Amino acid sequence: MELYRSHVLICRGTGCTSSKSDDMEVKLNELIKEKELDKEVKVVRTGCFGLCEAGPIIVVYPEGAFYSHVKLEDIDEIVEEHLLKGRIVDRLLYKGEEEEKIKSVNEVTFYKKQKRVALKNCGVIDPEDINEYIAYDGYMALGKVLTEMEPKDVINVIKDSGLRGRGGGGFPSGLKWDFTSKAEGDQKYVLCNADEGDPGAFMDRSILEGDPHAVVEAMAIAGYAVGANQGYVYIRAEYPIAVERLQLAIDHAREKGLLGENIFGTDFNFDMEIRLGAGAFVCGEETALIASIEGERGMPRNKPPFPANSGLWQKPTLINNVETYANVNQIILNGADWFKDIGTEKSPGTKVFALGGKINNTGLVEIPMGTPLKEVIYEIGGGIPNGKKFKAVQTGGPSGGCIPADLIDTPITYDSLTEIGSMMGSGGMIVMDEETCMVDIARFFLDFTVEESCGKCPPCRIGTKRMLEILERITSGNGEAEDIDKLERLAENIKSSALCGLGQTAPNPVLSTLKYFRDEYEAHVNEKTCPAGTCKDLVSYSIDPEACKGCTLCAKACPVDAISGERKEAHVIDQDKCIKCGACEEKCPFGAIINK
Amino acid sequence: MEFKFDWEKNASKIEKLKEIIEEKKQKKGPLMPVLNQAQKLFGYLPIEVQRIISEGLNIPLAEIYGVATFYSQFSLIPKGKYTIGVCLGTACYVKGAQDIIDRIKDELDLEVGGTTKDRKFSLEATRCIGACGLAPVMTVNEDVYGKLNADEVPGIIKKY
Ligand SMILES: Cc1cc2nc3c(=O)[nH]c(=O)nc-3n(C[C@H](O)[C@H](O)[C@H](O)COP(=O)(O)O)c2cc1C
Ligand code: SF4
Ligand code: SF4
Ligand code: FES
Ligand code: FES
Repeated sequence: MELYRSHVLICRGTGCTSSKSDDMEVKLNELIKEKELDKEVKVVRTGCFGLCEAGPIIVVYPEGAFYSHVKLEDIDEIVEEHLLKGRIVDRLLYKGEEEEKIKSVNEVTFYKKQKRVALKNCGVIDPEDINEYIAYDGYMALGKVLTEMEPKDVINVIKDSGLRGRGGGGFPSGLKWDFTSKAEGDQKYVLCNADEGDPGAFMDRSILEGDPHAVVEAMAIAGYAVGANQGYVYIRAEYPIAVERLQLAIDHAREKGLLGENIFGTDFNFDMEIRLGAGAFVCGEETALIASIEGERGMPRNKPPFPANSGLWQKPTLINNVETYANVNQIILNGADWFKDIGTEKSPGTKVFALGGKINNTGLVEIPMGTPLKEVIYEIGGGIPNGKKFKAVQTGGPSGGCIPADLIDTPITYDSLTEIGSMMGSGGMIVMDEETCMVDIARFFLDFTVEESCGKCPPCRIGTKRMLEILERITSGNGEAEDIDKLERLAENIKSSALCGLGQTAPNPVLSTLKYFRDEYEAHVNEKTCPAGTCKDLVSYSIDPEACKGCTLCAKACPVDAISGERKEAHVIDQDKCIKCGACEEKCPFGAIINK
Repeated sequence: MEFKFDWEKNASKIEKLKEIIEEKKQKKGPLMPVLNQAQKLFGYLPIEVQRIISEGLNIPLAEIYGVATFYSQFSLIPKGKYTIGVCLGTACYVKGAQDIIDRIKDELDLEVGGTTKDRKFSLEATRCIGACGLAPVMTVNEDVYGKLNADEVPGIIKKY
């Protein structure tokens, strides 16, 4: 390999690419060539660095200079100053909450509390270059397994490690591998669930974009362990970059003989294929996913039989989530004990979360299990922006619940989150502040489930619809006194009678908000007010004549000309014209706009 | 809206579709891959295309129709030249994505899932596109706009 004096890592995760890091990469390469630095400086395109909020991100080694919010115009300066003259461009360095410029990645608080196992290579290597993956111990675990271990040893290591499914359910992976390996059948399959249904999450996507070989390698290991020679990755069609990089990874692995026949000179054969989803959330459920690969409508099937015994084309099938696989290679290389040392006894290892919503550091974080929610939100996440008050954090997406402020010390484990009415889920973590209406959030998730219900069983198809109707009534100010009880009854019925996990968990967002934020429901129903001020039908905007200085900013901002008044005199809002967009409130420098 | 499938104009695409069918037929479970590619090729899945697939893969048309209507990415009618996607993922929702959608609906007189009369714009609600750091986010075909405010919507639409 050639030696470079400097490496420039540029984030090409989805977040940064959306802010034009693709154009920046082209420009970097052009300028480096132009200045004849191309023998000395290497540009490495990486997956997500995690701190998407500060994107686009460029890191220059050996200094580890962490440039954030980079713009296309800044590339000249980085090349001219840093790469050519060796002077760090202070202006572009990432600023932490401390407002001091931080020079090196290692000093960023955001990363200090994290522990990277599944994301080990994300933001470190070029995901499109198999040689880089190999240089970082890639395919060593597969080599070790094929040349030194019997399939049952592999299963035992995974069992011992205590690894649990990261797709939401938390089922012990080793057991699942064991069942599949013991199932009768000449043909078996290994599947990877990359359907990532949680509507506010992108962990699996980032792993596939940042380190696709990790999944390819782990699936081959799983194939060896359970006795399968064919794998399928079922991935959302909405993830074009992930699909492209995974396909490249498969092709490169095949070229190097790491997929195909007689891998590592043994008699083990394994190959894999990508299958695209087509926009149906329920296909994340394993039996629906299998139906979809088979070319049917993605409707869940009754369990048992479980996929381990009768899955794809009725053959024994192992199905795991992307992040579950991303842990496997590390466990094989470092041993079960190493893994068990991270996290808690019943939830060993780490978990990746997509941290979003009303939080300063939006992005991708990986933390040891058992870390309190508070640490993730305040230390890694940097707290709530604009001095607003924290209200709740949502985990588990449409199957999970909202956790209120007084439970924020809860450690993140499968069991502790379930205990407080939410769940681990696949890794969405959305923070909400005082301006988020909890009834409206419940409505938002129900709206999602109603749309995504496959319609096979009535409790889910009809029941969730009824619940949504009630929630819509409540948020529009037409709630009736019995509505809250009705919601609770419906929720319990659906939970106990729906066929698949989608229906069974659909009421959770409602139940958890009812449990912790019942007063908000009551305010909507009884007083016809929305305490958070977000339900449009329940708020009205007016101007406090005492506070208004007549600066006219609100009138200029109003898209429907609902505000009138002379300069330097108190303004008024015409309630018939007002469409309650809130634009005036944002613009008023004196806080004179009242919203209730 | 009425439109006819133009056999002549689509002749080369139909040839391509037939090649895809032949290729995918070699593998197990060819229907989803073929539908995905056909959707990409034609931009929608008219009954004529479904019929070709039905004959090629030897799967009853009714079954194909059932599958094509189940998945939201498959469309039975053509989409607009530009597809506007507003992320309604949770992170974007709590940051006001609904206001963005409402504004687009107003500006273009369009419902979610609909297409303007001139077939220039279609509007869709998408899920997390992985750019939560930029929430709320909207896309117009391949272009991504982040940290949006409803007031920026008209300006963005004008660009197209
Ligand atoms: C409605 C529904 C949606 C699901 N969506 C996903 C998903 O998007 N990704 C995922 O990995 N698992 C999802 N699951 C869980 C899968 O059924 C399955 O348990 C998982 O893929 C197993 O892998 P794991 O043990 O590695 O987590 C979903 C389950 C249900 C009921
Ligand atoms: S619970 Fe809902 S999604 Fe699941 S099978 Fe029943 S109708 Fe379909
Ligand atoms: S809320 Fe919107 S429509 Fe109403 S007065 Fe303010 S700016 Fe105008
Ligand atoms: S996409 Fe660049 S940091 Fe996440
Ligand atoms: S929720 Fe909108 S981009 Fe993630």
